Amino acid sequence: MAFVPHTPEDVAAMLETIGVESIERLFEEIPATLRIGALEGVPEALNEMQLARLMSERARRDGRQSCFIGAGAYEHHIPSAVWAVATRGEFYSAYTPYQAEASQGTLQLLYEYQTMMANLTAMEVSNASLYDGASALAEASLMAVRANRRSRSQRILVPSTVHPHYRRAARAIAGNQGLRFEELPLATDSGCTGTETLSRYEGEDITALVIQQPNVFGRLEDVDALTDWAHARHALAVAVVNPVSLALLKPPGNWGAKGADIVVGDGQPLGIPLSSGGPYFGFMTTRLEHIRQMPGRIVGRTVDADGRPGFTLTLQAREQHIRRARATSNICTNQGLMVTAATIHLSLMGAEGLRRTAVASHSRTRELVAALSTLPGVRRRFSGPVFHEDVISLERPVGPLLERLAARGILGGWDLQEHYPQLGPALLVCATETKTADDIERYRAALDQCLREARAA
Amino acid sequence: MNAERANHPEKLIFEYSVPGRGAEDQWPAPADGDAAADLPESLRRAQPPLLPAVSELETVRHFTRLSQLNFSIDTNFYPLGSCTMKYNPKACNQYAMLPEFLARHPLAPDSAGQGVLECLYELQEMLKAVTGMQALSLSPMAGAQGEFAGVAMIRAYHRARGDLERNEIIVPQAAHGTNPATATMCGCVVREVPVDAEGDVDIAALTAVVGPKTAGIMLTNPSTLGVFERRIEAVARIVHGAGGLLYYDGANLNAILGKVRPGDMGFDVVHVNLHKTFSTPHGGGGPGSGPVGVAARLAPFLPVPVVGRRGERYCWLTERDLPQSIGRLSAFCGNIGVLLRAYIYMRMLGRDGMARVGEFATLNANYLLARLTRSGFDAAYPGRRAGHEFIITLKRQARELGVSAMDFAKRLLDHGQHAPTTYFPLLVPECLLIEPTETESKAALDDFAAAMTAILTEAAQEPERVTSAPHTMPVRRLDDVRAAKQLDLTWKPVT
Repeated sequence: MAFVPHTPEDVAAMLETIGVESIERLFEEIPATLRIGALEGVPEALNEMQLARLMSERARRDGRQSCFIGAGAYEHHIPSAVWAVATRGEFYSAYTPYQAEASQGTLQLLYEYQTMMANLTAMEVSNASLYDGASALAEASLMAVRANRRSRSQRILVPSTVHPHYRRAARAIAGNQGLRFEELPLATDSGCTGTETLSRYEGEDITALVIQQPNVFGRLEDVDALTDWAHARHALAVAVVNPVSLALLKPPGNWGAKGADIVVGDGQPLGIPLSSGGPYFGFMTTRLEHIRQMPGRIVGRTVDADGRPGFTLTLQAREQHIRRARATSNICTNQGLMVTAATIHLSLMGAEGLRRTAVASHSRTRELVAALSTLPGVRRRFSGPVFHEDVISLERPVGPLLERLAARGILGGWDLQEHYPQLGPALLVCATETKTADDIERYRAALDQCLREARAA
Repeated sequence: MNAERANHPEKLIFEYSVPGRGAEDQWPAPADGDAAADLPESLRRAQPPLLPAVSELETVRHFTRLSQLNFSIDTNFYPLGSCTMKYNPKACNQYAMLPEFLARHPLAPDSAGQGVLECLYELQEMLKAVTGMQALSLSPMAGAQGEFAGVAMIRAYHRARGDLERNEIIVPQAAHGTNPATATMCGCVVREVPVDAEGDVDIAALTAVVGPKTAGIMLTNPSTLGVFERRIEAVARIVHGAGGLLYYDGANLNAILGKVRPGDMGFDVVHVNLHKTFSTPHGGGGPGSGPVGVAARLAPFLPVPVVGRRGERYCWLTERDLPQSIGRLSAFCGNIGVLLRAYIYMRMLGRDGMARVGEFATLNANYLLARLTRSGFDAAYPGRRAGHEFIITLKRQARELGVSAMDFAKRLLDHGQHAPTTYFPLLVPECLLIEPTETESKAALDDFAAAMTAILTEAAQEPERVTSAPHTMPVRRLDDVRAAKQLDLTWKPVT
């Protein structure tokens, strides 16, 4: 096995053409001292039948649970057509469309994707994707430093209500270039970022303010006030958004008087399976004035030698293969196939399907929180509107309760203890349009049982 | 490529749109009344986004037609140098997409993911075995992120030792653009070293450039010139002797798989492009995956999360377990679905299959090189063995016939052959970097050689036919200057 098609006769003829007696001779330039024998640590080959059995057994072991976890990755319905078409070999096994004439399918699809994302975020231009939402925030921060020519400080203000994994990734990726991420304290009563926490930055040089909507708790920030605060101080507003929410919530391009400057997020809710965390894709949109500071690939429509329309990669002078050490980013391969799926998904959903998905997810989450809050010792942690996630308070540590729930086939949410100990025992829950009234009642009944057991223990 | 479609350009999806139409079977039922009435008006969207309003069949047909405008491995020989466009076995896709794998949430407990974690743990072990490294993280989401992780670890290592001055990364002149771009992202300064006429690193120049500021060197081997760096042991001695570390860019690992290991050559850090060597799909530009392996002294700095094993249980190790980690490069755990595909591929190859990959990739490259040089093409490094890829320079043809490497590339499309990589590495004029991979048959290589020969003949007799190619694609050559000057990056409705 190795999917090698050569017959012994082929090999003999090829060696004769090359003028050597064995394949081994082709490796003669490699110092003999470096050559290895058999690869210890790699098992013997499996044929496809054996492999199928192994993988099916492993998948079965993982099983299927009823999932109420969100926190940056969301279970949504994915139409069968999305992956049936996206995994066609012509999309699946093509590479980056460097040869434009032989890649018009991928290129046109990316142009359509860019249009959809620009419209969804109410911004002017989009790139062709980044790795994921968290790394996209890192890229947006670096881009803000390049784009904000009035600022020299490289200081990025990040509210604590931004997903903690995003904050960590941004620091890990962008921190090496001298960017300073300064965290704004959490208002433990509202679960939001108040402009009053920004007052101590008055008169200081700030490069950008990050605004996540909905924030990590599902809460809705006062995006207009935050955006205007940033602009009044010559800082850029960097939005982090959930694309499904934008069918219902005000898009970043309309935030405040001038709109956000750079918008990023994770595209996973647009037809991408949860898959333990990836592959997803990061999206980025911005205003036209900042396009030359944008990282990643961009597709443009142009004309061919006969004047007919066609598509090609453009503004490549920003990228590593041209600009090398002075490129906007080192990104090369992005998440093309995920974008292919998302573009098909967005076509099937349209504005109305996406809006219904957003509204249904919002409703299911409110129903879930209402149901859980009927239990003794369970209450909603923050008041005020949420999108499709919310925080509930409990009277005892969340970890053991989640284990009890998991044993009943329910993934109850994300324990906030590690990242937000100041909230006390708190659980972030999510219900999307995939959840039924029965699912919610099963969760409520199971939590009731688990709480009783915990009290008895 | 469907020839029939070639002259029937496909409309944009937006141009199929009819208000009121949609794939309604896919949508949740409409809510009774305003189910979002609790949201303040000031936070709500006023106008719906402009998205297509199309039926399911229209969507399927449109995107199927678009797919037919692409060249792909499944439809065409695709000898794109440095990209390892080998066959992507269908089993890898099918069994990575089992419903349980797809439905698993990234924050689900480890207890509800022992199946996938066992696959990932074994993948880590196999990748360590083929690279000769002691520890490994699967989290980088592409080769460039693997490079970032590697160089960030090199910096963290020096810093942890109080060696704060080391901020120079050495790259050979012919390095892939991501190498210098990565060094910049890690806050380092790039120092380039030349290669000699035979394609090896210039040892005298390297000796002159290393010093107390050297953080490390980034190399591929075989190099981007398609030849094995014969003095790699000397390079390792010089860089280590100066206190620097060696970074192996796994772009060209396919050439030596099962034959030589980067760890044995003296490399301290390695990233592997799973979408190249381990045949996960390129997907029209990703997703990739760039696991990064290290020697023991760099293990504490690995990016998190890493899959660990406690007794018989598999678990994710995080910042708590690796406090010196360079941190988190993604929201969750990297491109798990890609990792599963690579795992399946590696299990199907097994240990003997790994060595066959290196052998037949090298056989195919050397055979195609021999065929082309006999047909009148010039190897950039005659006298050298090819690794899994090689460079043809068309400098002579450009001068004598007035046809460039780009013209050859475009005319190849008319022959149903995807073009090799053009104009990379930049230091070889008018070059084609050709990588056939081990999964192509002798017949496929013969067809490519025949196409190249036919174009060479045509270039002598009817050069305009070559310089104006392609002639059979959905579009002719595109106006790139116009694309960059008159930016048209999104469709807007005619008002």
